[in-house]
Amino acid sequence: MIRRLWKDFQGDIVAIPGRLLALIFFLVLAVFPLIITDSYILRILCFANIFAIFAVSWDLLSGYTGQINFGHALFFGVAAYTSALLNLKLGLPPWATIPIGALAAVVAGLIVCLPALRLRGPYLSLVTLAFPLILLGIIFAFTDFTGGELGVSGIARISESRTTDFYISFAVMLVSVMIMWKLTDAKSTLVRTGIIFHAIREDEIAARASGINTIRYKLLAFAVGGFFAGIAGAFHAHFMRIAGPSDLDLFLSFQVIIWTVFGGITSIYGPVVGVFIIYPLMEFLRILPEIRMLIFAAIVVVILLFMPEGVAVFIRDKMEQTCPRCKLSNVWWRKNCRACGANLR
Amino acid sequence: MLEGILVNGLVRSGIYALLAIGFSLIFGVARMINLAFTSFYMLGAYGLYTFASQLGLHPILAMCISIVLTTLVGLATYKVFIDRVREHHVTVMLITMAVAIMYQEVMLLIFKGRYLAAPTIMTGYLTILGVKVSYQHLLIFGVVMIVLLGVWALLSKTRLGIAIRAVAQDSEIANLMGINVSRILLITMAIASALAAIAGVVVAPTLVVEPYMWTHPLVMIMAIVVLGGLGSVKGSLVGAFIIGFVETAVVFLLPSGVFLKGAIALIVMVVILLIRPEGLFGVVFEEERL
Repeated sequence: MIRRLWKDFQGDIVAIPGRLLALIFFLVLAVFPLIITDSYILRILCFANIFAIFAVSWDLLSGYTGQINFGHALFFGVAAYTSALLNLKLGLPPWATIPIGALAAVVAGLIVCLPALRLRGPYLSLVTLAFPLILLGIIFAFTDFTGGELGVSGIARISESRTTDFYISFAVMLVSVMIMWKLTDAKSTLVRTGIIFHAIREDEIAARASGINTIRYKLLAFAVGGFFAGIAGAFHAHFMRIAGPSDLDLFLSFQVIIWTVFGGITSIYGPVVGVFIIYPLMEFLRILPEIRMLIFAAIVVVILLFMPEGVAVFIRDKMEQTCPRCKLSNVWWRKNCRACGANLR
Repeated sequence: MLEGILVNGLVRSGIYALLAIGFSLIFGVARMINLAFTSFYMLGAYGLYTFASQLGLHPILAMCISIVLTTLVGLATYKVFIDRVREHHVTVMLITMAVAIMYQEVMLLIFKGRYLAAPTIMTGYLTILGVKVSYQHLLIFGVVMIVLLGVWALLSKTRLGIAIRAVAQDSEIANLMGINVSRILLITMAIASALAAIAGVVVAPTLVVEPYMWTHPLVMIMAIVVLGGLGSVKGSLVGAFIIGFVETAVVFLLPSGVFLKGAIALIVMVVILLIRPEGLFGVVFEEERL
């Protein structure tokens, strides 16, 4: 039994450099707080974990189903405000407010879905852009309930120590990303959602003609995307101990797309890579506050012009090659496929 | 009250119309969403400030220089950043957003984020229907009308206009008919940037000039062109008047209207799209139909 697991491990993870790298990355991340206990760096990693969930949820909704959502911050903000208000006004603890906040984001996702089912392409992008701005206007108009510009502050912490915070966010990130990865796995025989999402993106009419109820699956994509974005938003509110208008900001909606496209769209691991490169980099650039945003914008432009498929996908394509006969991934230095021995060059 | 809404609504709608037409020209002809578009409006306003207030040129001369320079910046932006990725709808949106942020940051570095006031050509006001209307507002309205007429004449009466509309209808067939598509795209880009710059220089004296002034109009003109129908010039004109008047009415009629004006204008857009998914005057392309 153990020997078979070890063999699977060797064949499915060690032999494929991309997966090996992912494993090493998560292991390093898991032991990181044991070595470095600087609370500022741990705080950055906590936020990177949270934003990784957020970016992956955008990738699931927009990268896979092709419903390009330019207002993903709506889910983040709805969940952040819901959990913050529940915690502050009703005194619910974080383990209750976070799931409720995420469910509120699901409801928001289904509301956004109403126009989204009828619109496509650029229309959809622009309409989804409008929703967080509408909510933002309402928040600014009713300041006594929402705190207006200042937001809702003074909500409960998740835990007392930074290290515990980190491990909680790390675990949630790992589980969420795994769930979303499984949901979007096109080769999976257990769940069909992965291949159906791909089909909806490539050709919705053909998907319908094949007997797929595309409306149901689009609703599902909005609900799942909203749920995980909501988890990220609620966690963010409890870590920051504030839910403010910046949670609904246009810039946040764009950042999530930039993280995802930077890492590699439609790939699940791409957004994680994108967040873990760009977010710490942006924090590091706070030493140059005046040109920080300029550098950020320049990096985005350069990446989009020269690596339009994303950094993670670019590197993976350099490291791996697909066997032409059996479609298995191989390390770049192999001349013959590791399973069927076909010539790879 | 009603007169106030009418007069202010006309001026605001005029500005939106100018911007929305440029935006929808780019979308209609090149099928791309250029989010850097309103940053040319911001650059135009800064140009006017620099040449008139800093260098002491006559405001009208400063306006002309500013419009020309901004148009050149628009062309360079298109050539350097957009041209290579123009097939990919999401990439274009992201790259133009990044470019707009770059311009904003450059302006922030040069002018340090101060609130600046651009000089007016004429001061004073006129009383129409019991509402005080400053000459600058009249000038805005006049310029808007002249430019709109000009754009209409260009698009419907000249060979160039016919070529632009042909590319908008079907760029491949237009190419086969001997129209140089990439040149038409370049010209459209120039016209659109010039429209944004004109809007910038005429509005600048009535607003404060600051690096973030491009975001609010960007959201509003996106609402306008979507509700008017992406790519339809007539639609964006009508949309501009709807959104402009809704915004002005909300500011005049509701207590905390200044915060709600954007939200309500966007709600109007969503409602119209729920009823007519392709916008008021939008064209449904066979291959884009669902």
